[in-house]
Amino acid sequence: MDKISVETPKDLSGALEIMSKSKLTPLAGGTDLMVQQEFGSLKAKQFINIWNLNELKGITHTNDSFRLGALTTFMEIRKHKLLKQKLPMLVQAAKLVGAIAIQNRATIAGNIANASPAADSVPALLCYDASLELTSTQKKRIVPLKDFYLGYKKMDIQSDELITAIIIPMPKDNPTIYYQKVGARLALSISKVCFAALVQMQSGKLVDVRISIGSIAPTPLRLYKTEDYLKQKKLNASIISNAIEQLADEIKPIDDIRSSKEYRVKVSTNLFRNFLESL
Amino acid sequence: MQKNLNIKVQNSILRTEGPAKLSGKTKFIDDMRFPVDLLYGATVRSPVARGILKKIVFSNEFDWDDFTIVTAKDIPGKNVVSIIEDDWPFLVSDKINYIGDPIALIAHHDKDLVAEALNHISFKIDELPPVFSIDDSRNKKEIIWRSDNTFKSYLIKKGDVDSIWESADFVIEQTYETGAQEHLYIENNGMIAVWDDKAGITIWGSMQCPYYVHNAIMPLFSLPAQKVRIIQAGIGGAFGGKEDFPSLIAGHCALLAYKAKRPVKLIYNRREDLANTTRRHPSKTTHKTAVNKDGKILGMDIDFALDGGAYATISSVVLSRGAIHAAGPYDVDNIKINANVVATNTPPNGAFRGFGVPQSCFALECHLDFVAKKIGITPEQLRRKNFIASNGSLATGQIIRENIDYQKLMDLTFKHCNFYEKLSEFNKSNRLPGHLKKGIGFSAFMHGGGFTGSGEDYLSSIVGLTVTEDNKIKVLTSSTEMGQGKNTIFTQIVAETLNISPTDVLVPKPDTAIVPNSGPTVASRTTMIVGKLLEDAANSLKDILIGTNFLKQEYSAEEFFKAAKNYSEDFGTLKAYTQYKNPGNIKWDDSTHLGDAYPTYSWAIYVAEVTINTLTYETKVDNFTALQEVGRVVNNTLATGQIQGGVLQAIGYAIFEKIIWEKGQIKNNNLSNYVIPTSLDAPNIDVYFEQWNKEYGPQGAKGIGELPMDGPAPAVINAVNNALNTNVNAIPMLPENLMKYMEKIDE
Repeated sequence: MDKISVETPKDLSGALEIMSKSKLTPLAGGTDLMVQQEFGSLKAKQFINIWNLNELKGITHTNDSFRLGALTTFMEIRKHKLLKQKLPMLVQAAKLVGAIAIQNRATIAGNIANASPAADSVPALLCYDASLELTSTQKKRIVPLKDFYLGYKKMDIQSDELITAIIIPMPKDNPTIYYQKVGARLALSISKVCFAALVQMQSGKLVDVRISIGSIAPTPLRLYKTEDYLKQKKLNASIISNAIEQLADEIKPIDDIRSSKEYRVKVSTNLFRNFLESL
Repeated sequence: MQKNLNIKVQNSILRTEGPAKLSGKTKFIDDMRFPVDLLYGATVRSPVARGILKKIVFSNEFDWDDFTIVTAKDIPGKNVVSIIEDDWPFLVSDKINYIGDPIALIAHHDKDLVAEALNHISFKIDELPPVFSIDDSRNKKEIIWRSDNTFKSYLIKKGDVDSIWESADFVIEQTYETGAQEHLYIENNGMIAVWDDKAGITIWGSMQCPYYVHNAIMPLFSLPAQKVRIIQAGIGGAFGGKEDFPSLIAGHCALLAYKAKRPVKLIYNRREDLANTTRRHPSKTTHKTAVNKDGKILGMDIDFALDGGAYATISSVVLSRGAIHAAGPYDVDNIKINANVVATNTPPNGAFRGFGVPQSCFALECHLDFVAKKIGITPEQLRRKNFIASNGSLATGQIIRENIDYQKLMDLTFKHCNFYEKLSEFNKSNRLPGHLKKGIGFSAFMHGGGFTGSGEDYLSSIVGLTVTEDNKIKVLTSSTEMGQGKNTIFTQIVAETLNISPTDVLVPKPDTAIVPNSGPTVASRTTMIVGKLLEDAANSLKDILIGTNFLKQEYSAEEFFKAAKNYSEDFGTLKAYTQYKNPGNIKWDDSTHLGDAYPTYSWAIYVAEVTINTLTYETKVDNFTALQEVGRVVNNTLATGQIQGGVLQAIGYAIFEKIIWEKGQIKNNNLSNYVIPTSLDAPNIDVYFEQWNKEYGPQGAKGIGELPMDGPAPAVINAVNNALNTNVNAIPMLPENLMKYMEKIDE
């Protein structure tokens, strides 16, 4: 039997150096990996502990963007005043991740890299057009989050790369937002549907529309077709009902241990209607 | 009767074992180590639901040298878990009856290697078609248990229900279903067994009923009583889940220790515990009710069926209690209850708080709301028209002599929760646009205290009290503390009766080598029956000291212990034992299931207020009101805690907890996907006690522990149906289910 091994580098360059030499699974807060370990579903045995890497900590911003260090915990996000004001959907998502004990350990990059279709923060990040900074000893590259997921649990990341930061453009205006996590209970719950949407209206027209839903496809999705349909339109009953049809067509939920396909379609469309009718 | 009542100790002393639990001093079974040579055991289980075992294959590629391996052939005595029927083997010898049925046992000193070894065992099995549902089992799709798949049947008859269908204004029929439920005790099951050629077998473990384990282990090894010793470890919750099943685990652990001649520890992890131990019986109940337009119920025909799982365990007793309570606290002239518990190829179901009543109560109390709606009166009017009153009779023909005024209980409950104000407010707000709808609903029900019928006669429980050399009273019972507060209650009862301080009373954990058999720790009997015996024993201690002239009628605690010391110098240690005696007025006929089913009942009305999000079909219970008449409340804090905890457990049963089945096996055997409510999901729970009847139990205390598991599910579902005008008739009602029910009213 292979025993579990964990390497703990002192700094980022040390970590990247180790990762360039052998395939290791990054271990940060451990809130997903520990559960998989207990379930017996964790295949990885060799880990690199990045929890202490100071280079990956902290939330900073410029006039144009926020930069969230990969190790930013959901508790830090919850408590951040400017994030509350500028990226309220991300803060709402952070409040609904697991429960407080988990929010103290779970990191934003971990939520992304676990690649669950039900990741609570991802629909919000997709609506905010977030990008990831991936770093290896060789280079640093920026990948838009919308392009990061290639399929169920498949990501555009190499084994020598680490997610070092999440970059989020500073929202310019004050868009209308809608974030609803639907789980089996009010805390410690994995999403059945996680709905995030953001619109900007100008003289009755939708000039910007972004919709993202989790748990309705192998990866969290931005619903570009539905967005395109709504852009530059003024809402009325028939537009709303066409948009709902478009959305129902664009999501691809399945029956699984947590819910049914039918329920996920119904709830997604109900929430979407509720949002559009509130505008 | 009690004379020296010390008011100071009467209410809410702190939980006596609380500090030890809080500080981590309490030793649970997995905290215990028998050093040097302890082996870790594991259970090898069937991968198929039904079949004939032909061969167990231990892979050649694995080194089995240091392993202890036990199969059915190694059993020295009888391969039967002795409970009621003799159908349940410790290890499969040929017939496999569920996925998870234990086939072999292995043990090794390296815990990781034990887990690894399980992957190197396979089987040759001739598979047979399994049965997974009540209907398939009753329809005999396959015969899987004895001649007809039926573990037990009862037919309870009062009057002649078949004579009244034609004369009734309405006959209303509907079927109700309830699902299986996990106990979710905090501590998983576990045992340590130590074999000694001279002393026999000693088993330490987490269990509710040490003497049940004792009874099961003797025939397994063909050992006499004094060579089997069962010692209670700390228990991290049980809820009935550690009533029958620990006998099997203890047997497994003991078989390994016997073969290895070394101590063995067998601890289930959460996944194994959820997958293989007992659950609440799923049920299917059809009510056919004859009722006049004024709401007078003329007759009830109730078909009550439980899914017992693969083996009989104590299903017949669960069925009996469920059936006896199936017609509720209503005085109806004509009742027929046809009750059956049948076999399926799923893990055996067993005891669980409420013991069959949550199932039959759900069906009845939802059905009465359905009947009221059909005939156009309010649920309250229907109940009020039919409630039992003093000198009325229940389904078994039992005349209720105690002071029961349900009209008043109803008035009080509705006043406490502002029922009418809420109802009209919700009716108004539900008509407004918006996706949140509110509802209010209630249930009325009772729960019998103690064992059913002649059960207490058969048990003939014994308790003892002794005075130790350092001036403490030691309580000797086999009743176990599993978080329900029994240590504290016993301490209070003894301290109050003797007029001494609670700190002078010791309640050690049971050890069958030391304590008499005071029966199992189940059935709301611990306070009422065992507590009463302790009160009697305490009075008898006092009587001995006063009778022998060592003590005056009026005394201080100091004088009491001084007298006990003087007595012991003359006569030896002061002791008193008492045994249960039928009070004489309890008449029960086992063959017809008629008569005084219980010496007394606790009576209750519960109200739930809910909000439903019609976008997501989620139900939130906002407020809950629980009013009950329970005789004397011994400890208000513990009693309130029991009710609140039970209510939340029952809300889980109603709207959260669902087993996802795959071929008769649970798929969601983990805490991420078997969803129980968290504190955020808990409503505000207001608890009210009425204390009218003090004829039974210690100073009049009746049972409370099971009530809060019985009533909440129908109250919650009635509230949902009230809010949405739906006809929800099955639990667990998850949002996915409610979506379907709501589509039905749209049509």
